[in-house]
Amino acid sequence: MTETEEVSNTAESAGIVETQYYRYNPLPGTFLMENGQSLPYIDVAYETFGVLSPLKDNAILIAHAFSGDAHAAGYHENDKKPGWWDNMIGPGKAFDTNRFFIICSNVVGGCQGTTGPCSVNPEIGVPYGLSFPLVTIRDMVEVQHSLVRYLGIEKLHSVAGGSMGGMQVLQWMASYPDKVKSAILIATAAKHSSQQIAFNEVGRQAIMSDPNWNNGQYYQGASPAVGLALARMVGHITYMSDQSMEKKFGRKQKSEKNPLKFAANFEVEGYLHYRGTSFVKRFDANAYLYISKAMDLFDLAGDEPLHNVFRGASFKVLVISFKSDWLYPSYQSLDIVRACKLAGLATSYVEIDAKYGHDSFLVETEKESQLISHFLNKVE
Amino acid sequence: MHPNEKIEYDTIESLVKENSTVLDLGCGSGELMEILTEKKKARCQGIEIDEEKVYACVRRGLSVFLGDLDSGLEDYEDQTFDYVILNQSLQELKEPDEVLQDAFRVGKKVIVGIPNFAYYRSRALLCFRGVAPHAPSQPQPWYETPNLTVITIKDFLTYIKTKNYKILKEYYFNNSRRIQLWPNIFATRALFVLERK
Repeated sequence: MTETEEVSNTAESAGIVETQYYRYNPLPGTFLMENGQSLPYIDVAYETFGVLSPLKDNAILIAHAFSGDAHAAGYHENDKKPGWWDNMIGPGKAFDTNRFFIICSNVVGGCQGTTGPCSVNPEIGVPYGLSFPLVTIRDMVEVQHSLVRYLGIEKLHSVAGGSMGGMQVLQWMASYPDKVKSAILIATAAKHSSQQIAFNEVGRQAIMSDPNWNNGQYYQGASPAVGLALARMVGHITYMSDQSMEKKFGRKQKSEKNPLKFAANFEVEGYLHYRGTSFVKRFDANAYLYISKAMDLFDLAGDEPLHNVFRGASFKVLVISFKSDWLYPSYQSLDIVRACKLAGLATSYVEIDAKYGHDSFLVETEKESQLISHFLNKVE
Repeated sequence: MHPNEKIEYDTIESLVKENSTVLDLGCGSGELMEILTEKKKARCQGIEIDEEKVYACVRRGLSVFLGDLDSGLEDYEDQTFDYVILNQSLQELKEPDEVLQDAFRVGKKVIVGIPNFAYYRSRALLCFRGVAPHAPSQPQPWYETPNLTVITIKDFLTYIKTKNYKILKEYYFNNSRRIQLWPNIFATRALFVLERK
């Protein structure tokens, strides 16, 4: 499965990895998206790290966040940058690839290898665009579940994820309580607050008001790059904290100022522009709409009390939040913790005193690593 | 583990029935929960305010919440636990009475361990040397102590009486010895098993 060649300059990394593909090809009429529509098949891009044990009992599924992908760790051939959670996944790391078989797949509706709105609709030979069915977190989990089954795994040692990844973990806990021994929920929520929906809506409006968006039919021409970059700029602000921005940029300005009246002379402006334009190179605008909507629509318990969803389950739970995260504030994690408590699940909760806002789970990983590796050690 | 704590842990272990559910308020690094989990197959849940100690609990494979006892119990339904334990944490609370009331609400039995500031040596500190008494088990000076309250065995017994709680069992210790005579003078610590009347 994974190519784990020993490469000296990637020591202590998961090594060279390759994205693999699996076609989820359910019998006609057997798989419906939550909104009632169906797809002829779904290609799933995934990567694995470490070795699956003969008993297939050491697998951990990592669910990625909004703009993440299957490339969670290690290096692609000839690539200088490792996967998005490389500091957490690898030999001796929190998700220890010497012990565990780690799986990460791109979500359905995404644009990094798994079928989504930018994929070609095989029935008509052009990209789906807005004809792609509305995607939900549950759909994402159904597809992951089919991948896990395809890999021959009966029960996962753990399911883990931050942010939107945490929502998928929650859905796993609700849909497949008997197929997970433990769950790790990081900086996440059982449903979006009004504020979270509001920020996502600004992002969507930025994309849809770009004339190039053209109702989602832009795959033959210019893409709505300006709108997508703008959406990403807003997103990035919400991922940082006041403190981390102050430390990184303060009021610093470029030494050679652009004489134009409203040029981006402040370093924070330049940074956001850079983040916006580099995002456009790897992300599809329609996927942004679909996935952000999936997050907003997610409401695990609906009108029921959240703890009812977990009643009768027996997995262990670890919930982590970050003090400076104002996008997914700790009270949302505490709501989950409360529900787990009431459902009688063995649950641990820590609010880590981290400074990097919502991004802490990706960048300030020392304490998070400690907690997760110790937690995983004791899951039986 | 502090060597003097062993006798309390042994006592609590002997009190807790097999397969019980336990909530340990101020569980520290989880030594007691580990003992109860391993030897009594108890299902334990801890709450602890110190982040490092919470990590130690997770390392032991225990369930623990990082949080404040003064606000941690409202989520639990009535009589969720067979035992709620407050071992040497009562004196560190802002609202000990409210936490105890909550403990009696969520637990069928409450086990409370307290230091005794009326121990004769502590009395001597104030009486003869004119310095604030500290419990022998907690030698930190006043500006470093986690304690918010100075409490004695007599104070606690009076409190139990006024609140109409029932003492099922009581144990008095001087360091690692159990003592019977004049506990409010000779005991450094006390342990009670309590119930609502």
